[in-house]
Order: sequence, then structure tokens, then C-alpha cells
Amino acid sequence: MDSLTNYLFVSAALFCLGLYGVITRRNGVAVLMGVELILNSANINFLAFARFSGMNMAGHVYALFVIVLAAAEAAVALAIIINIFNNFKTINVDDVSQLRQ
Amino acid sequence: MVDLVFWIVVGVTIGSAVMVVQSKQLLYSAIALLFTFVGVAGLYIFLWADFIAAVQVVVYVGGILVLIVFGIMLTNKITSVNISHTSVQRGIGATVVLGILAGIGFMIINTPWYQVAATEPAQTTETIGRLLMMDYLLPFEVASLLLLGALIGATTLSRKED
Amino acid sequence: MITGNIVTDFCLLILFLPVVAFAINIFIGKRLPRQGDWVSVGAILITLVLSLSMLMNMFMNWDPNFSHEVQFSWIDLGAFKIELGFWVDNITIVMLVVVALISSTTHIFSLEYMKGDIRYSRYYAYLGLFTFSMNGIVLANNLISMYIFWELVGVSSYLLIGHWFEKHSAANAAKKAFLTNRVGDIGFFIGIMLMFTAIGSFNFQDLFSGISQGMISGQLLTLAGVGIFMGAVGKSSQFPLHIWLPDAMEGPTPVSALMHAATMVAAGVYLTVRLFPLFSPEALLIIAYVGGFTALFAATIAVTQNDIKKVLAYSTVSQLGYMILAVGVGNYIAAFFHLLTHAMFKACLFYGSGSVIHAMHHSLHELNDHDTDPQDMRNMGGFKSKMPITYWTMVIATLTISGVPFFSGFLSKDAILAGTLAFAQHYPQHFLLPLFGFGAAAITAFYMFRLIFMTFHGEVKMPKVFKGIHESPRAMTFPLILLSSLSFFIFYTLPYLNPFSDHGWFTELIQASDSVVKGNPTAGEIYEGIHHAHYPAMALSILVAGFGIGMSTLMYMKKKLSADIWSEKMGFLYKLSLNKYFIDENYNRFLYQPVLKLSRAIAFVDWDLYDKYFINGFGRVTKWLAFLTGRLDYEGLDQKLVDGVGRTTQGFGNQLKNVQTGRLQNYMLFALAGVIVILVMQTI
Repeated sequence: MDSLTNYLFVSAALFCLGLYGVITRRNGVAVLMGVELILNSANINFLAFARFSGMNMAGHVYALFVIVLAAAEAAVALAIIINIFNNFKTINVDDVSQLRQ
Repeated sequence: MVDLVFWIVVGVTIGSAVMVVQSKQLLYSAIALLFTFVGVAGLYIFLWADFIAAVQVVVYVGGILVLIVFGIMLTNKITSVNISHTSVQRGIGATVVLGILAGIGFMIINTPWYQVAATEPAQTTETIGRLLMMDYLLPFEVASLLLLGALIGATTLSRKED
Repeated sequence: MITGNIVTDFCLLILFLPVVAFAINIFIGKRLPRQGDWVSVGAILITLVLSLSMLMNMFMNWDPNFSHEVQFSWIDLGAFKIELGFWVDNITIVMLVVVALISSTTHIFSLEYMKGDIRYSRYYAYLGLFTFSMNGIVLANNLISMYIFWELVGVSSYLLIGHWFEKHSAANAAKKAFLTNRVGDIGFFIGIMLMFTAIGSFNFQDLFSGISQGMISGQLLTLAGVGIFMGAVGKSSQFPLHIWLPDAMEGPTPVSALMHAATMVAAGVYLTVRLFPLFSPEALLIIAYVGGFTALFAATIAVTQNDIKKVLAYSTVSQLGYMILAVGVGNYIAAFFHLLTHAMFKACLFYGSGSVIHAMHHSLHELNDHDTDPQDMRNMGGFKSKMPITYWTMVIATLTISGVPFFSGFLSKDAILAGTLAFAQHYPQHFLLPLFGFGAAAITAFYMFRLIFMTFHGEVKMPKVFKGIHESPRAMTFPLILLSSLSFFIFYTLPYLNPFSDHGWFTELIQASDSVVKGNPTAGEIYEGIHHAHYPAMALSILVAGFGIGMSTLMYMKKKLSADIWSEKMGFLYKLSLNKYFIDENYNRFLYQPVLKLSRAIAFVDWDLYDKYFINGFGRVTKWLAFLTGRLDYEGLDQKLVDGVGRTTQGFGNQLKNVQTGRLQNYMLFALAGVIVILVMQTI
């Protein structure tokens, strides 16, 4: 069933699940995983629209760039997380807040 | 037959994603993430984006997932095999997220999408290569700068203070 | 001049000049030279001249029916009208002259008598006020203005009796005079109102015409008449309201002469004379008995009194009783005649006693003797040689009062006694009335000569005091001479010269009017009766007077009979007479004390019970309610409601505080929730 809306639904579902993971999980890495899910859903969207608009290859290019960005961002994020772990001995997002009273 | 496979792939993807976000064990989440990436790659194939599918598997699974697993391992006490943690505000979060899903779903259904029929392309890789070198040269170069920056940044961050 | 009519003008001047003098003396008298006595004396002399000119006019016109009435409207509300005004009659003119004459002599006498007094200008001011009030009574043509001036005269009496108010006895006497008057005035007012309700007007002429038309009759008319007579009982000091007049002797002697001998007490008689036509036969009978009884009663008290002024006071009461008796038996012209002559000789007697007391004062003052009573006749004696003018004028006046022929008193007393005889002849059951009259005449002669003998004859009782006695100055002897000379018969029988006749200008010019009440004899019938009884009365009165004078001479001059032995023999009667029959004491015991006790009881109920518990109770209840309200307000409203709002807000704030968790994921959740809200809003 190759209709645009199916792909869009899938991507919407992934997006929402990623969102759920971001706002719910206490572990920093788990939050990162949620972010990855969101990025993936965006990718699906790009490609679905590329396919159903006369195979416009610009969509593919964008999807490529998204993947690149995701990688870079994942690397930096993990570096930060490791730093946090070294400093606070925990990566519980609630506990690493120094601003909060 | 194709539809069935399609739906199986969708099911795997969604199911794994669910596992990712609600598993109490972090490593289980990581593995589920792996399956989600693979499933997404499968979807790419259904969308005639074979090159992107390959890139997805290589970069995501081979790079990012490995990074994540490394991250998990490095940030938890080694002695405990069970790296578990709980999540907060699950109820209200689920409600809100479902609401957003409903909103997006409503939008998807009611929007008259502009669609053009298309045929399967002969080759995608060459097209993408050409586009990168010609139309999207600038973003390409910027992306490489970005990667450079990320590389330097990650390295700096994980340096031990001397 | 002021109004169109000269009679009205004169009356206005006569009425208002004295009160102008009063106002001047009251306000600025003290600052005037000689303390302003010349203001009062000047005013009264002008009044005298005006009155005398009216008298001359009366003689010249010789109109017995002269009557002049002028009215002006005081209150006019349509249905309710009160008009005031003057009524000038021959009676009015004679009375005006009497008032003006006696008032003038009092003013002149007081120049010497009150010299150096501490309230000199006020004394003269009050004399002016009194003259004004008295003239008001004389000139009144309706019951309301008469009542107003009646009260004013009472006030003047109070002020003048209490002239030396630092003396307790004087202040009490003034109070007693005024209050006793008021008791009589209650009856007067009831009478006035009964008349007004029945007839609808206060004016005398309207009343007379109303009664003759039968608007009021029978018992109601008698009641009204007796009511009006009560005013006379109070003012003219008849029994049982005679108690104030002897005490009024606390006032200065000229005041006693003016008010309590000649004019104020005569106002009661004047009232009955004016209103004679409206008394019913029953009322007249009551009037006659009251008058006759008083005449005899007062005479019996005067016999034993030792204070010279008290003797004269009781004598006045007795003579007033005579006048009232005359009105009662119908011979009211005789009553008025006696009023005229009595004014002259009684004032003369009072001035004479004033002269004696003045001399005693001086002498005692020089000896620094403050214990001897200067008014007690037992301290006098033999003054004849030292005070000749006083002596002779007083003798003339005493002869007049005793009813000795060739004097005016004989004529007037004779007229009265003739009236009583005529009345008794007509109604033999009322034989007591002439008995009262002749008895009183005898006793009067007796005690008046007793006064003369004790004061001026006999041995000197206090030689040291006697040395300082001297004749009074001219200002005091002049009135004595004037009034005693007016006591001769000639002035009253003109144009005839017969000292025994009952004709004269008086009887010709002043004619009796008929009574308008059915059942009363007409004036003509009364006159006939009197004329027939004239000679018997004359003979009897000479007899009776002679008896009285004879007894007095024996007892006090020739000392053939001893006064002390007689007073012991009749010890009980003597005691009764000396103590005025204990009337004052009995009034006190049976009237004053119970009322005072009652008022004390009521005051206790009001003050200690009502005020304390009831009124204060209200206060306490209010306080308690206020306390409750305060608590309600403070704890209920303030704490619960007002603070409650604050506390609720604080609670909300505490709850809302939890929103700021500081966690990023919470904020993201809120953002997403906001997104949903926006989505929903956009679709709706």
C-alpha cells in the first residue's frame, strides 16, 4: 500500500514516540535515543514526499544531510554526556541540574 | 505480497520504537533502536531510496548506535549488569503525545497533498552525486565543515584535564 | 396725635411711659446720675398729670355713660380670633388716677426711705414695671390681656417683696406671694376658659351680651363666676389665700403702701367690679360670704399683733374683705368707692408706719443695736412729741378707717354697711352678712387706735432709742400730708356739702350697670334698697365705731383696763389670734409636706430606679451588643473572610509554585501541551 499518507502516519508515529522518549526518560542517553527517532521520522517524511512528487531527488539530498547532522550531533552529545558522568557521577537528567533549587 | 512485507517492516519499526522508549533496561532500548534503524532502512527501500537506505544502515547502525552503546557502557557502573532506570511523568506525557499524534493525524488526513506520479528511477546514486556537486555544493562544503567542528568538539570534550 | 383719639393717646402714654422708665433703669440705671431715680419719678409724674387731666375732663363733661373702647387684632386665624384693646370708662379714669397718685407718692417717699440702698436703680425700675402692669389691668377690655397683666403684677410683687433677697424671710415671702397668687389664678383661668368656650370671645362686652342671650347659664355660669372670683381671692388676699399678705410686709414699706394697700390688692376688687354683671346670684352669695368672713377673721388677728406693719397688713385684708362683701351683696359701686378711699388712707397709714420705722432704724443704727426689732410697737411709745407731722396725719387716717363722721372712710363704709343691711332685709336668712360687717367695723376701730396709742402715746419703752428719734424729711412727710388731707369727706361729696349724704360726684358719675344674669336684682332695685337702709346703717356704724374707740382708749390710753389680764383670761383665744389661727402651720402640715413627700418619692423612683436600672440597662445592653458585633466583625469577618481570601491565594501560590520544577522535561511537556491547545483552537 504505497500511499503517501501511510508513510506520513508512520513518520508521525515515530515522531511521537521519539517525543515521548525525550520528555519521559531520565537517562541522558535514553533522551538521545529519542532524538534519533525524531530525526529518523523527519527523514522518512522527506523521502516520502520526494517519491510522491515525481521523484524529486532534492529530497534525497536533504535526507543525506540530515543523516550527516545526526551523526555529528550524536557524537558531540555523547561526549557531553560522558563529561557529565565524569563530573556528577550520574547522568540522571534530574540530578544534574545545578540551577534548580 | 509486497503490502504484507511493507506492513511487517512498519510493524517492526514501530514496535522497536515503542521498545526504545519504554524499556526499563537501557541496553534493551539500544538493541530496539538497532531494529528501528533497520526497519527504517527497509522503509527507505520501499520509497526507492536505495542509496539513502545504505547510508542509513552504515551511518546510523554502524556509527551512531555504536556510539550510543559506548555511551551507555561508559556512563554506568560496570558492576551492575542490569542498568535500569525509571521514567517520569509517563501518564501525562503519553496523553500529550497522543494528542499531538491525533493532531498530526488529523492534519495528514485532511490536507490535499500535491502528488505527482513517478516511476522508479534507473539510478539514484549518480543523481544524488550530481546534485551534491552542482546544485547543493555549498551545503555539502558546509556539512563537511560541520563534521570537522563536531570532530574537534567531541575530541576536546572528552579530553582529560591535564 | 398717635391714634386719632386723644383718650386712646393718653391711655397709651399712661400705659407705656412707666415701662419705658423700667427698661431704662434696668439696663443703664446704675450708670445714670443719682442711679436714675429721676427717670422713674419723671415718668410717673407725667402719668399723674395725664390721669388728672382725664379726671378733669370727666368732671367737665359730667357724662355718667361715658365709655370709650378701642380694639386691635392680636391673633386672627379665621376661626380663632383674639383681640386686645382698651376700655375707658368713668370707673377706669378714677382707677387710673388712684394708681398714678399712689404710685407717685410712693416714688417720692422712696427718695428718702430707700436712700443708699444697694439696689436703688433696680427698685425704681421694678416700681415702673408694676405701674405698667397695674395700668394694664385697669385699661383691659378683655379677659386675656387682663390675665396677662394680672400675672405681670404678680411678678412685680415677687420682685419687690424680695427686694432684699439676701434675707431668707424676704425671699420666702416673695415666693409665697407669687405661688399663692398662682393658686388663685388657676381658678381664674378655668373661669376664663369656661366663658370662652361658651361664648367664643374674651371681650367683656361680648361676654355680657353673650350671657344675656343665654349662651351660658345655670351651674356652668356660677362655676365660671366662682372661677374668676378665685383670681380675686388670690390677688386680694381673701380667706383661704390670705396667707401671703402679712408675709409680704418683708418688702420695703413704700412697696407695701403701693401694692399691698392701695393698688395691687385692689385689683381683685376691680376685677369683680368690672365683671359684676356676669356673676350669678349663687356666685354673688359665695363672694359675699367669703368677703364678710375674711373681714371679721382678719380683724380678730390684727387685735393681738405687735409688729406695726403686720397690724396694717391684717387691716388691709379685713378692708378688702369689706369691699368683696359689698360686691357680693350687689352694691359694687360702694365697693369701688371704698377702694378709692381705702387707697388714700391705707397708703397714708403705711407711709406713717414707714416714717416711724425709718426713725427707729436711724436711732438703733446710731446706738449700734442690731437686736431690737424696729417694727415692734412694744419698743415704741410716746413718739407724739418727737414726730408731730407723722402723728397727726396718722391720727387722721385712723379716724378715717374707723368710720368716724366727717371723714371719707365713714362715707364709704356706711355705703357698704347699708348694702349689707338692705340685702339682709331682702333675704333675712343671710343675717350673718351685716353681722360680719358691723363686727369687723368695731374691731377695726379698736385695733387701729391701739396702734396709735401704743406707738405715739404712753410711756417711752426704750429711752435710749427714744433719744435718737426725729421727724422724717420732707420727701417722706409730703405724701403723708397729701393723703391725709384727701381723707376728708369734702372731696367725695362735691358738689354737695352734706357730710352725711350718700350723694356726690362719685355716685353721680359712676353708675351701676345691671347684671346680665337672670335672677339678679337690677341696679335700680339695689340702689333703692341701699337708700332705704342708709340712715339705719349710719347710726349703727357710728355706734359701733364709738364702742371700738372707747374700748381702745380705756385699754391703751387711760390704762383703766389691763391688756395683760384680758389676754390671760382669754388665753386660748389670745394664742389663736396671735398665731394667726395656726393657718400657715396647718397648710404646711397638711398640704406642703405631703406634696413634698410625694415628690421625693417620685424622684426616688425616677432617679434611683428608673434611671439606674432601666436607662442604664439600655446602655449595658447596647454595650453588650456592640461587643458581640465587634467580635463578629473581628473574628468572623476579618479573620475568616478577609484573611481567608489571602490564605486561599497563598494556597494557590503554593500549589502553582510546583509548576516551576526546574526540570527541562517538564517544560517540554508544557510546551507540547500548549501546542495541542493551539491545534485544537485552530480547528474549532
